[in-house]
Amino acid sequence: MVRRFVRFLLCLVGVAVIGGGVFYFITAPNPLPESHWANLGAPDLKNGEMVFWTGGCVSCHAAPGSEGDAKLTLSGGLALKSPFGTFHVPNISPDEQAGIGTWTLADFGNAMKRGVAKNGEHLYPSFPYNSYARMSDKDINDLFGYLKTLPKSVNVAPPHELPFPFNIRLALGGWKFLYFNDEPRVALAANVDDQVKRGQYLVEGAGHCGECHTPRDQLGGFEAGKWLAGAPNPEGEGRIPDITPGSKAVGSWSQEDIANYLETGFTPDFDSAGGSMAEVQRNLAHAPKPELEAIAAYLKAVPNR
Amino acid sequence: MRLKAIAATVLVAGLGVGIAIAAEDGTHDARAALMKKIGGATGAMAAMAKGEKPFDAEVVKASLTTISETAKVFPDQFKPGTEKGDKAASPKIWEDPADFKARAMKLSEDAGKILATPPTDVATLGAAMKTLGANCGGCHEKFRIKTD
Repeated sequence: MVRRFVRFLLCLVGVAVIGGGVFYFITAPNPLPESHWANLGAPDLKNGEMVFWTGGCVSCHAAPGSEGDAKLTLSGGLALKSPFGTFHVPNISPDEQAGIGTWTLADFGNAMKRGVAKNGEHLYPSFPYNSYARMSDKDINDLFGYLKTLPKSVNVAPPHELPFPFNIRLALGGWKFLYFNDEPRVALAANVDDQVKRGQYLVEGAGHCGECHTPRDQLGGFEAGKWLAGAPNPEGEGRIPDITPGSKAVGSWSQEDIANYLETGFTPDFDSAGGSMAEVQRNLAHAPKPELEAIAAYLKAVPNR
Repeated sequence: MRLKAIAATVLVAGLGVGIAIAAEDGTHDARAALMKKIGGATGAMAAMAKGEKPFDAEVVKASLTTISETAKVFPDQFKPGTEKGDKAASPKIWEDPADFKARAMKLSEDAGKILATPPTDVATLGAAMKTLGANCGGCHEKFRIKTD
């Protein structure tokens, strides 16, 4: 009797070990191999600068309260409050001690496209790699080149303040298993024109618009079927609007109206962008108008929610 | 021709004042009515700057006057005691009333300065609009909440 019981226990232990092993294997950090990043050539800094602005890096990584050219010193330090605790945005200036000065293109690319840090750990998705994963290798190469031209900062941001269990980085593997992918967010018609496709690339990737404009579930993943349908403001009061084609906020706007809003901050009746969108618009205004028109074309093509 | 333009502007401005007076002070409706006046004046100038309407110096002056006068009285809609009841007004308005008032005054003064040597053509109008427009985002970013 005892022998059978012991054998049963051993089987359970075996199953647990195998199960744990499988779970660990599925949720382990999954960077792209070094070879993936090997032959991208010299970066195009002009394109890198445009990617920098559409990616909105300054909004999180510039020192809080900085303005104008000072924003280009990406010293970090901003405190991002969330339902999971407070994230402290890191220094990504080219400083070798405090920033990412020692990072290779592979290190940077794996952070952007796989959410894996230089030391091999999972990164928290408050850094929107879940969107950036859709960026091309070329754009990432160019962006990295541009970032290296920016001023150095010696600022060291404090570690994130996250209560248990959110402070367990390993658990992010589970989050990624549930929510991380680089598939298109919406299925567009097969015959959409190139302008809409470009808009899709910009909005779903570097623009990371969905990170604010899409509602999330309890674990912080996007709610299925609600792409860009609006959400509570993660930074406090009010709402982030629904920007799908039939919405109250932009339903009556033409494609031209949307592009002009992104360029100038003015709505069709000359109201003006506010809250967090004011800075997003200022960043996007650096992009050439055709890019903004592409974003507008995509917004007119996404499913109504 | 000019008389028609002046009459139209006065009528629109008058309507705006009417709405503003009708809504009680310190409410969302009163505040929004003032802002819509500024929006309307901005729109009138933008139409000319974009070439959608012919340049009309009188309309430009009337619009600048509207902006200058409306921005000046805008902070009066946010006296202490009016903090509740308007979801679009951020509590920051009453936490930092000096900054809020300063921004409204800056818009008013910018419009006033431009009015002193008013734009004479589309190019100078465009430049003027850039100066004025630079004020909008900063105030909205800090003090306005997007409701839906």
